[in-house]
Amino acid sequence: MKQFKGRPVVAGKCTANALVSHGGFNTLASFQNALQFGDKQAKCGDQNNPDLYGKPMVGTALCLPQTIGSTTGGMVLYCAKVMERNPACMLFSEHIDSLAAAGAVIGAVWTDNPMPVIDCLGEEFLNYVKDGMKITIAEDGTVTVE
Amino acid sequence: MNYNMQLTPDEVEILNGSKGEAMAKVMKTLVMYGDAFGATKMVPVTSKMGHLVTSFGLKVMSPVYDLMDKLIDGGALSAQKFSVDPKPVDPNVPSSFLKNIVFNKFMYSMQDNYDAQLRKLGLVDDKSYTCTCYMDEVGNIPNKGEVLSWAESSAVVYANSVLGARCNRNSGIIELFGSIVGKVPYFGLVTDEGRKATWIIEVKTTKKPEAQVLGSAIGMKVMEDVPFVKGLDKWIGTTLDGDTKAYLKDFGAATASNGAVGLYHIENLTPEAVEQGESLIEEGAKVYVIDDAELERVKASYPVMWKDKNATPKLCFVGCPHLSHAQLVEWTDNVVAGLKKNGIKKVSIPTVFTAAPAVIEEFNKTPYAKKLKDTGVVLSYICPLMYMNNPLAKKMPVITNSNKLRTYTTSRYYTSAEILDIITKEAK
Repeated sequence: MKQFKGRPVVAGKCTANALVSHGGFNTLASFQNALQFGDKQAKCGDQNNPDLYGKPMVGTALCLPQTIGSTTGGMVLYCAKVMERNPACMLFSEHIDSLAAAGAVIGAVWTDNPMPVIDCLGEEFLNYVKDGMKITIAEDGTVTVE
Repeated sequence: MNYNMQLTPDEVEILNGSKGEAMAKVMKTLVMYGDAFGATKMVPVTSKMGHLVTSFGLKVMSPVYDLMDKLIDGGALSAQKFSVDPKPVDPNVPSSFLKNIVFNKFMYSMQDNYDAQLRKLGLVDDKSYTCTCYMDEVGNIPNKGEVLSWAESSAVVYANSVLGARCNRNSGIIELFGSIVGKVPYFGLVTDEGRKATWIIEVKTTKKPEAQVLGSAIGMKVMEDVPFVKGLDKWIGTTLDGDTKAYLKDFGAATASNGAVGLYHIENLTPEAVEQGESLIEEGAKVYVIDDAELERVKASYPVMWKDKNATPKLCFVGCPHLSHAQLVEWTDNVVAGLKKNGIKKVSIPTVFTAAPAVIEEFNKTPYAKKLKDTGVVLSYICPLMYMNNPLAKKMPVITNSNKLRTYTTSRYYTSAEILDIITKEAK
């Protein structure tokens, strides 16, 4: 078990299994199939992401450095949240990027049940965490990996 | 709510509901967003117009349209007119009975409603649907130093880099919120320090690099950082003329979609690089050398998503981002010459060139319009990415010279020269 301390961008608590992307997470490419074609598991559709391609993202603790790609990104995250195709939480090793931050904040202000988002967890976090590990997050940004 | 940035009394009043609940939530979103980046304050949007990324009435995006309704009902309309990304459907583009049903009855059934929402919120006019709003014919061209509230990754990176405007890589919805309030949080690419380069790119190729592959290589390497590119002026010159701007448009779109670049500097060419030179480079900047072999490596790394990798292409898209007038003329000349050389009259693969409605309108006034039509190429205002975003198109072997389209769809990337060769040769 190991603990990491990050910054809560959207504070919250949850427990979920880790899903890890070591490369930038392309939000549109990852979610567009899931949103478009009724894939309730939200399998990642980003062909350029060998860590995640084809893996279900819904309900996971999505661990990533940052998001990349189209500026529809935040809007796509917001839609994923409202349509319940979102990860349980998003955990960024780096400072959150502007697209993911938009999705997180719009979800926090315009929905009743926002998705917790923590950033600045550090490179060591992303090196340590592996797919399937149990993740527990606290409101103060503490992430427990076991 | 708790917040860290310094707000003016007017901004606090809006946050507290002086202009209604919808406006208060819009302001709250912007303040939380700015706080996430340590923004110290809000600054006025100084450009004449905004630009939105969301142009499609996609049924599954209904949460966005519900939110738009809340804005309209709450009187939270845009303080500035805006252009918007291209429409997803055009009856001129080759389709099928089945595809038309899928597009019109299922996928884009919200299009008419959403178009009406956009008009209420502040859309300039029906010709303002393009990802290249900064074309002369379209007229949404910000001045150097102006602060924008735009989204659309390819437009933002162009406005920042080529025009010297100041805009963060805003997401859809956030860009509209900035236009509604008339202010954006002060952080990142809006600030002087956020525009410094943390990467030096040394271009050491033996020929002019393909814009889309060079941009892709840089995007994948630097992700969201700011690169300062040396050695490219040798190939594309030191003047921002039409050809160079078109090159940078395609280059930038690839940096933004294959990575997350919002601003690049080209030595001796882009406005801030000309003015400030290497003082734009931060101490300790990392170095990435790009030669012919590196570009080949990057191009070879693109996965081919076709089921049958040797399939004969069934459709070709050129124009993501939308083509400029000069690019349309050049492609027309090249296609005509290619067909003549190969002794055929029409392109061998259904081919669609895409451009802004206003660019198409001007192009159609020239003799090139008939020349292009005679080759069989279809000219459309469509967004190829949105067109391909359906299960029927995914099964289709589509080729493109756009690295952005390749990234988001199952289309296969070829260089412009390869595309020209494929579409002007007799079909197998």
